[in-house]
Amino acid sequence: MGSPQREIAVRAENLVKTFGATHALNGVDLEIPTGQVLGLLGPNGAGKTTTVRILTTLLKPDSGRAFVAGHDALADPDAVRRSIGLSGQYAAVDENLTGFENLYMVARLYGMNRATSQARARELLSRFNLTEDGDRPSKGYSGGMRRRLDLAGALVARPTVVVLDEPTTGLDPRGRLDTWQVISELVADGTTVLLTTQYLEEADQLADTIVVIDKGKVIARGSADELKNEVGGERLELIVNDAADLEVTARVLAEIGSGSPSTDSHTRKADVLVDAGPKALIEALRRLDGHNVTVTDVALHRPTLDDVFLSLTGHHAEAEAEPEPKAKGRRGKKTEAAA
Amino acid sequence: MSSATKTETVTPPPAPISLIPQGGFGGVLRQNLSDGGIVTWRNLMNVRRNPELLLGATIQPIMFVLLFAYVFGGSFGGEAYREFLMGGIFAQTVAFNSAFTTIGMASDLQKGVIDRFRSLPMSRMAVLLGRTVADMAVNALGLLVMALCGLIVGWRIRGSFLDAVLGFAVLLLFGFAMSWIGALVGMLAGKVEVAQSAGFIWMFPVTFISSAFVVQTTLPGPLRTFAEWNPVTAVADSARNLFGNPALAGFERPSGWQADNATLYALMCCAAIFVIFVPLAVAKYRKVASK
Repeated sequence: MGSPQREIAVRAENLVKTFGATHALNGVDLEIPTGQVLGLLGPNGAGKTTTVRILTTLLKPDSGRAFVAGHDALADPDAVRRSIGLSGQYAAVDENLTGFENLYMVARLYGMNRATSQARARELLSRFNLTEDGDRPSKGYSGGMRRRLDLAGALVARPTVVVLDEPTTGLDPRGRLDTWQVISELVADGTTVLLTTQYLEEADQLADTIVVIDKGKVIARGSADELKNEVGGERLELIVNDAADLEVTARVLAEIGSGSPSTDSHTRKADVLVDAGPKALIEALRRLDGHNVTVTDVALHRPTLDDVFLSLTGHHAEAEAEPEPKAKGRRGKKTEAAA
Repeated sequence: MSSATKTETVTPPPAPISLIPQGGFGGVLRQNLSDGGIVTWRNLMNVRRNPELLLGATIQPIMFVLLFAYVFGGSFGGEAYREFLMGGIFAQTVAFNSAFTTIGMASDLQKGVIDRFRSLPMSRMAVLLGRTVADMAVNALGLLVMALCGLIVGWRIRGSFLDAVLGFAVLLLFGFAMSWIGALVGMLAGKVEVAQSAGFIWMFPVTFISSAFVVQTTLPGPLRTFAEWNPVTAVADSARNLFGNPALAGFERPSGWQADNATLYALMCCAAIFVIFVPLAVAKYRKVASK
């Protein structure tokens, strides 16, 4: 849909950044056509946040070039800042200011006059369902409300490019859906979105293009479907009756599958990527029967983005990402996610 | 696939809100002041919503006044010492308050507020200016409370009204200058926990090896030299001169150019601090990253 012209809203060329001995970015290229959503995926420490910080002028690369909304991020950072909205990894709202005051302040700092700033703040509060709480200090807000306020702050100047760094980390499912809705609306308005996320489903839902980075390098790019097709085949998953049978099951699956199988003794589950789904399934069941293994459940899935991730990086995405609750996350955020 | 998630109604994209273009030196200056004013407002709102933040700036100096006036004061010369003391405590307090700037900057950094500010098309000076100006307002309140407390323990302004105003102005200016050092320390500390010790620790030698509580000529060797040239000494002695509070009798009088021109030397120290630390703080702010 949308723009017939393929203007490029964001372009990064060969970004390199080292912090001491760590090579955070090792030549990252990416491009976002105007009005599209690019999902930047990768395990922690892959270079997602460094890329975002360079494109939002918070950090200068050692080499490489970055263009955002037609401006050179290195030569004219202020012009970039006027065209972008950034919502960070953790909600950067001032707890002691009310929701209204937070947005009013941001509007004023974008250079809007008092009246415009007030009107814009009220408008955004209502759009993000914060009108009722708009005049309360944001200290009392839930994690989801803070996140909405932070997102609203990124949209104050109606930016043409919005950068969302893990916008749903720590949100409950409801909060996540609300955020997805907002992002979809932005896209409908023609906004270009750069999104980083730990959640593959999020990228699957929202992104036109996905770029996977690992160890500071782009290791794959394409639409979710393209990436899944690249992995090819399907995932054969089965549950055995007795966990003791998992070992022989894994051996059988290794013979049939196209990748190495994984097993989980707790759920008594074994799975493997296969090329020819139904055939492999029948063959697996036949051989397992020959080994006297009782199978209680069996299924074939299309590959998920996690499979893509696994085949590209050698490890799962979310399992890797979960155990790192951001150190700067404040109390309350975690409990909200659990609630 | 993304087309499936897009809403049906295609609304024309709203025109971006036009932002006032800033140009030329006048424009830059105006933007510094305007953005700085907004950040000052934000910081003062923080103080208003958290009045307990003012405890450190008001109760603590009162404790110092009472401690030195009545616990140490008896051994140091009683009534005459209490008169001498106030100029020193004023100077010490405004210097100590730079630690609030340190903690405030570190806290903003830690919470990601600085990242947001740095992603906005605002003046690079404004966050620092807003922080230091708000802390100057806190300093003014602290000075007022202390002056009242001083009047109760027997301190008096014996000079002219104009000199007294100048005395408070020098104190505020010094506090403002020290705030810029505090801001730099806060950004270097990066975390509130670190800032809480980093902000205070260097204050002890700086404020105590001075004429704030003792006569500098009584100090031994190198400490005496340090104290004689310490800006805190200059500010304390300048305050005593301008408030008309006599030096303590029975001690060697401080001598040298800086002792004879305490107010001028104090102003020069403030200027030097600005010249050195404003550019350093702004340079650090441009590169600073949340930790």
